[in-house]
Amino acid sequence: MSLQFILTVTLNGLTLAALYFIVASGFSLIFGLMRTVNMAHGALYMVGAYIGFAVFDPIYGSAWSSYAWPIAIVAGIVAVAVLGVVMQVVFLGWMQGQELRQALVTIGLSIIFADQLLANFGGSPFQFFAPDLLFGPVQVPGIGRYPVFRLFQVGLAIAVGVGLWLLLNKTRLGIMVRAGVDDRQMLAACGVNVPLVAATVFALGAALAGLGGVIGATAQPMALGVDARFLLISLVVVIVGGMGSIGGTALGAILIGLAEQWGQVFFPTYSVILTFVIMAAVLAIRPQGLMGRKVA
Amino acid sequence: MSGYLEIRDLQVRFGRATILQGIDLNVLGAPLSVVGRNGMGKTTMCSALMGMVPASGSAKLDGKEVLGLGTGRVARSGIALVPQGRRMFPSLSVHEHLVLVAQKGDPAWTIDRVYETFPRLAERRRNGGDQLSGGEQQMLAISRALLMNPKLVIMDEPSEGLAPVIVDHLIEVLRNITTEGMGLLLIEQNLRVATSVSEQVAIMVTGKIAATVNSVELAADRDMQNRYLGVSHGH
Ligand SMILES: Nc1ncnc2c1ncn2[C@@H]1O[C@H](COP(=O)(O)OP(=O)(O)OP(=O)(O)O)[C@@H](O)[C@H]1O
Ligand SMILES: [Mg+2]
Repeated sequence: MSLQFILTVTLNGLTLAALYFIVASGFSLIFGLMRTVNMAHGALYMVGAYIGFAVFDPIYGSAWSSYAWPIAIVAGIVAVAVLGVVMQVVFLGWMQGQELRQALVTIGLSIIFADQLLANFGGSPFQFFAPDLLFGPVQVPGIGRYPVFRLFQVGLAIAVGVGLWLLLNKTRLGIMVRAGVDDRQMLAACGVNVPLVAATVFALGAALAGLGGVIGATAQPMALGVDARFLLISLVVVIVGGMGSIGGTALGAILIGLAEQWGQVFFPTYSVILTFVIMAAVLAIRPQGLMGRKVA
Repeated sequence: MSGYLEIRDLQVRFGRATILQGIDLNVLGAPLSVVGRNGMGKTTMCSALMGMVPASGSAKLDGKEVLGLGTGRVARSGIALVPQGRRMFPSLSVHEHLVLVAQKGDPAWTIDRVYETFPRLAERRRNGGDQLSGGEQQMLAISRALLMNPKLVIMDEPSEGLAPVIVDHLIEVLRNITTEGMGLLLIEQNLRVATSVSEQVAIMVTGKIAATVNSVELAADRDMQNRYLGVSHGH
């Protein structure tokens, strides 16, 4: 096994981890404040990609083709954020605290979303073309030619992580969110409009799924069925890293990304199992996740 | 004058148990203390007024019904709660607790004024809300309520677990608050605090107001204290 090979597999793991982090941090954010296990998070990822592509496709064929990708990103984010707010306000808000009911409702919604995508956009796979700036290979020391978009993915994940950290730690909204995680009722008694904060957080968490969808479908072709995969990844990442902690989500994403890539090297057929072995080990040793706080 | 609270026939049930069986109380321009033994329903009354538990009856703040509004709207309509057990936010620093509730404009209570009034909080502004001593936590819980610049503050056993010197400081703080025209509904088991802060003391027995008496009388009447409160003379 050459050093170049080791570095390449590791970098592949990290770039995959970057995508997982973007998606799972949205899932973790929603769970952290609202204790809502949003089983539609994978479907939101897919909706982001499909809506983004519906906007991307006609623009890409026009004279404005260089703007197609950024516009698709914005469209994916906004559409899924709006969908998230509707989910929270219409369905989930009034069953606050009933986790099982919320989980079942979001499973139902995710099935509806996936079927609607199939009905409206058909089942054929598609892929975004990254803008010229992010297209093609670059020279990476020790590795050689490597797709520049996958490096961009890492940069974006770091930006998302830093942005979330700043939002949670340096803004009044962030103070409200953290206080709400501690004691929602007391937060309301402080005069805060908790449903509004909840809708905002849901929009933000969903938006990250939408962003992930467009990014993911730029790196690899998108097809129906990825919703289940990304829901599962989000669940595993936050279980391993610890619910509601940005650092934990990053750690979980890195572990799972690396495990998937190295798993494929050593036992290609059973590589998925490695992911679950990690999850089971973490659950056995630290049930709250590697960086999660113990909850009563 | 504002911060008038009129409670009529306030009832709370938990399943089959009726915890509050029709409370009638008025806080009309002067602080009112409510005393009573453990488990009599004092905290339940506070929770009901804040919309934290379902209740029937009526509670009007300056003539406007607040029962059934939902906790956030009750708070925004002008009632602040200093809850039993303080309920700090462990994830927030002292300063963040204050930023959370501080209001824009030029209100009576600002973060600066809180730090002037409670220098200990200024010293510990970067500490976590749960890293404070009991007395500091109580000051923070009170500050959190004052910064909302409410018409009325409800305090649920603020002296609980505090050393006697700190209780003296607390009494002084409560007296100052009420001279500024903010209404105060004070729940206490410490008779010394209750009788030094308000002229009227309501006595709660199993979910009802058994009597409303004058502070001076209650402080002097050992029989009444024993009958309604068991032995709880403060210090
Ligand atoms: N969520 C609940 N479900 C059922 N019963 C409850 C609930 N909360 C309180 N109670 C009961 O209601 C009664 C009144 O409780 P409450 O906390 O209001 O008393 P309290 O006067 O505040 O007592 P303390 O002085 O100890 O704080 C108690 O008998 C308690 O067991
Ligand atoms: Mg109580």
